[in-house]
Amino acid sequence: MTQDEIRSTLLAALGDVAPEADLAHLDPRADLRQQLEIDSMDLLNFAIGVHERTGVEIPEADYRKLATLDSAVAYLESRLR
Amino acid sequence: MIEFRMPSLGADMDYGTVLEWRVRPGDAVKRGDVVALVDTEKAEIEVEIWDAGIVDQILVPPGQKVPVGTLLAMLRAPGEAQPGATPAGAAAVAPEPKTAPAAEAAPAPAPCAPAAEIRVAPGGAPRRRATPLARRLAKELDVDLAGVSGTGPEGAITAEDVHAAAGGGPAVSERAAALATAPPAAAAARAPLSAERRASVRRRIALAMERSKREIPHYYLQTQIDVSPALAWLAAENLKRPVTERLLLAPLLLRAVARGIAAAPDLNGHWVDGAFRPGDGIHLGIVISLRGGGLLVPTLRDVDRKSIDELMRGLRDTTLRVRRGTLRGADVSEATLTVTHLGETGVETVFGVIYPPQVALAGFGRVTERAWAERGLVGARPVVTATLSADHRASDGQCGARFLAAVARALHDPEAE
Repeated sequence: MTQDEIRSTLLAALGDVAPEADLAHLDPRADLRQQLEIDSMDLLNFAIGVHERTGVEIPEADYRKLATLDSAVAYLESRLR
Repeated sequence: MIEFRMPSLGADMDYGTVLEWRVRPGDAVKRGDVVALVDTEKAEIEVEIWDAGIVDQILVPPGQKVPVGTLLAMLRAPGEAQPGATPAGAAAVAPEPKTAPAAEAAPAPAPCAPAAEIRVAPGGAPRRRATPLARRLAKELDVDLAGVSGTGPEGAITAEDVHAAAGGGPAVSERAAALATAPPAAAAARAPLSAERRASVRRRIALAMERSKREIPHYYLQTQIDVSPALAWLAAENLKRPVTERLLLAPLLLRAVARGIAAAPDLNGHWVDGAFRPGDGIHLGIVISLRGGGLLVPTLRDVDRKSIDELMRGLRDTTLRVRRGTLRGADVSEATLTVTHLGETGVETVFGVIYPPQVALAGFGRVTERAWAERGLVGARPVVTATLSADHRASDGQCGARFLAAVARALHDPEAE
């Protein structure tokens, strides 16, 4: 997967937990939970969505690496390599 | 014949509008299948059917607002012959009454609106049949319905047809256009709550809360619970589990509430006509806040009979449905007690307002680390404040105290099934 593909996959998974959010104007360096007001259930559903789309198993200890869009892209890139 | 009627999707529902039929005559359905999308004022709800059978006739077209209890469709029970049956094998052909051999006609089916009535749009003028959702979508996507072929019942245009006609396959939306790089799945989610729907949600909350504070003499109790055993158990479990099966504290809280109710059954049920009516099970209303204001309270049924994994899955799926703005029929069945978990927003304590006709509401705040004295020793522990708001007409403080004590015991011993 290229970086762009990873990014759009992440946005797709975010779209499922925050359908009303304006993802086109997301700040890629700001905290996703704060920007999108997602709670722990949404975060888990996001992690599951990412797993289902990429096959990457995300341990609970790695949730914090999904904090921003940029960090999540970097994390997935390293896991997919 | 099995009758499928407009269900009551919540105590305050009088009318419903079928937005889309998800089945057509001739389709086989089983218990739990979603057969229609129904609009109540609160939400769009996917309505399940609780009988197995073959759809025989659809009697109410999409777009028509009908009272609760209205006959919507007729189904043949498994094994039941089609009235005036054509030979088996011609099953795919929609039955046309006039072609049925008169001699074989079974006792006349229940009297119902002639099919012809269904074909006419509410205005009376013949126009392309389309579901309201499809019309809305067509407007949004600037699709001319005249050029869309319908795959819905009797050729009606469904939302999917509009999507397809819009040129982007089954899942194009404005958001997808904005996110040109996103795969179609990103846009598959339904449009979130409209401003109109939000206003309606607000009105309903206002009515219920006004009535609650006018009629219900609340009393309030609170206790602090050391959740270190529960969190330790969760952490150990989650290490073993793949992400799809991971747990949160929430299902443990729900199970603890069910234990509390077992110790104090007078909190579980409704106050109706001056008397308490116990619930027919433990059905918990789960408060889920909507971004941008308002909340929905879907119901998780038979919480005491579900495993932690079932509770977790139920909560996860329900949350996703709330986010999408499309609930299931079971989500909006009547709850017997409501649970609010405001912990995520950072408050330590929440004293809720009871949702009438229920008689109690349990609240959980944020898990905070506190100095905690136990057996003469002080240590730092994760602590959650559990509260109970209860109706003093139905129960007394003693009963409420038993409830909170049982909730605490359940959280201290997370492994006890």
